[in-house]
Amino acid sequence: MALIRNPFDHDLPSADSPQVHVHLDGKWVDVPLGLNVIEVARRFGKLIPHYCYHPKLSIAGNCRMCLFEMGTPKLGPDRKPVLDGEGRPELQWVPRPQIACATTAFEGLGIRTASPLVESCQKGVMEFLLANHPLDCPICDQAGECKLQEYAFDYGKGRSQFGEEKVRKPKRVDIGPRILLDDERCILCTRCIRFAREIADDDCLGITERGGYNRLSIHPDQRFTSNYSLNTADICPVGALTTKDFRFRMRAWFLKETQSICVDCATGCNVTIGSREGFVYRLTPRVNEAVNSHWMCDQGRLGFHPIHSKHRVLEPARRVETGLFPGEWPLVLGQVAESLRKLEPSSLALLVSARLTNEELFLVQRLRESLRGESEIFTEVVPRKGQADGLLRSDDLNPNSKGARILGIGADGEKLPELRKRIEEGKVRALFCLHEDAIGAGVPEEMLERLSLLVWQGILEDKSCERAHWVLPGASFAEKSGSMVNRAGQVQRLHRAIPTPGRAKEDVWILRGLILALGGEDVGQSVPDIFSKMVATTPAFHGFTWSGLGDQGVPLPAQAG
Amino acid sequence: MIVVRRPDLSWVEQLYLPGFWEGLKVTWHHFVARLSGKTRVTLQYPEERPPIPPGYRGAPVLVKDEEGREKCVSCQLCEFICPPRAIRIAPGGIPEDSPYAKVEKAPQEFWIDMTRCIFCGYCEEVCPEEAIFLLPQHYSLNGRSREELLHDKAKLYEMGGVLPLPIRKWANK
Repeated sequence: MALIRNPFDHDLPSADSPQVHVHLDGKWVDVPLGLNVIEVARRFGKLIPHYCYHPKLSIAGNCRMCLFEMGTPKLGPDRKPVLDGEGRPELQWVPRPQIACATTAFEGLGIRTASPLVESCQKGVMEFLLANHPLDCPICDQAGECKLQEYAFDYGKGRSQFGEEKVRKPKRVDIGPRILLDDERCILCTRCIRFAREIADDDCLGITERGGYNRLSIHPDQRFTSNYSLNTADICPVGALTTKDFRFRMRAWFLKETQSICVDCATGCNVTIGSREGFVYRLTPRVNEAVNSHWMCDQGRLGFHPIHSKHRVLEPARRVETGLFPGEWPLVLGQVAESLRKLEPSSLALLVSARLTNEELFLVQRLRESLRGESEIFTEVVPRKGQADGLLRSDDLNPNSKGARILGIGADGEKLPELRKRIEEGKVRALFCLHEDAIGAGVPEEMLERLSLLVWQGILEDKSCERAHWVLPGASFAEKSGSMVNRAGQVQRLHRAIPTPGRAKEDVWILRGLILALGGEDVGQSVPDIFSKMVATTPAFHGFTWSGLGDQGVPLPAQAG
Repeated sequence: MIVVRRPDLSWVEQLYLPGFWEGLKVTWHHFVARLSGKTRVTLQYPEERPPIPPGYRGAPVLVKDEEGREKCVSCQLCEFICPPRAIRIAPGGIPEDSPYAKVEKAPQEFWIDMTRCIFCGYCEEVCPEEAIFLLPQHYSLNGRSREELLHDKAKLYEMGGVLPLPIRKWANK
């Protein structure tokens, strides 16, 4: 089950519902009793066009786009179904179309999704929906992924009998901090109203005015401030609700879509990264019924912006008196490895981020192995605590805390006070920060100055980077592939959407380079290779394969998490 | 598909001799015109300019309407359709205090790389706002560097100027 509780699951009937026989476009098929007719058709590759129906929201039945022809078993004088030659019930067809979204499957239900009656209904409904719709497509952000455009093309009649003036409604209405409303484009499907009421629990939207002047409005004293408000822009079938962040930034058809996961908290919502030519424009949620269902929070959705910040570190460099001196990667890696090798193993500590992927953490593990002598090398992750909201957001803001625990890198920062103590006492004289700021993790600035070696690997300049002797620019989540374990123990994949900027490199490349320079064993270049090596040495991941993770991830066995 | 029927030729026409005779007449006509100086082949370019036929596809430029409003709304269809990918657009919004706020969208920047353009005219054809045209007067393009041939928005509007057209899509919106 998803980590968020949906009030409705029209597409997922309960497992114990019995199978019934349904007549779908001339074929008898078996479906669970009570399954929504739109979902019945979808299961067999047929699309019943719809606007207001959403599998996770209550049924409104107001767009009338999903009209279909319905049949019921013909009853004989004995009130028993009349059977045909093959033992199937004979159907009699209801003379008027029914709405599919409000009909559920029962024994002997007949469905016609493409009869002449249905097609003429669809044409008529499309004509009504388009009567007052503005010709905004050139300036509308939804163009290219607009259901009204698509269905007008597929089911519309191509011309309108509407010769009157279109109704004017408010445009560019600011209804919330992140979302903008265009009432002229709205087709009054009420999906957003139902989402706000049923899932976001912020009941502030509604329909006002009458007849042709019907429009979506926000409560006059409220703003749509919910942390889930941007989901309404996703479920809006037209361009009535648009996100301020993505508005007029790029047309949808230019975006390359990469399936990945959100790294803003431990939930690991499945997302699609929309990027073009090395620039990420938006994240949109991707359906995964084991994690986030159809939704994601605004904070995670907008959390990608720092990857294009001007504070990105772009060049590997060494600190000299005058500042940072850029170097070539092989040289820098060789010199870093040399200075790491010279250290007493007990005097080195690795401050690792639980925002790294399993593969990177595994390489950290390998690096630790190849450096250790008699004594262990200290490693710990830095915890990030937030506020869980009871929906999707987790109180743990590190996306891979579970992975770090499984791979033995750290356990939610329990040992951080000890690290501080060891630095204070002078036992630890060298620190390797991986995507973490030591000062943010509680090590005072003056103690950092005392270190004989501070290696920093990360993406954004921070206080530790300013003091680091070596700076190694790494990759953000959109620039690397890998796997992470979310708070429910789902192992999920990230995929690389854009190349790393400047001379930054993927972290597995950097860590592998260090391991090789230290004379360690080669774990392979590609993430799938590293994954299979990791699986071989980590019992918790036993039996996992990189391709087997798929787009939806695989849950860890219960005892491992 | 149109099926064009071959003409039925009479037996005189089937000899082809009348055809040859007509062809030779044209050749003779040109021969005499050249000898007598009536036809001049060489133009003193750039002082003398050839007549450019209507519909000639010159450089693509952006135009404004008669009120001086930039017509382009940065829908990026031309960028999408452009076969050599000569067009780049940075889309942007129109501020709410502008008289054309209802248009909502306008390009922040618009580049056409004339070293890539193949003058196919798809951009003009695809434009839903009638904002980009391949104007015949811009048949002669030259520059001293590649940068000079990368036309930006200011240059494109300077070349395009005002092109009044009967359709006023946004006037009564």
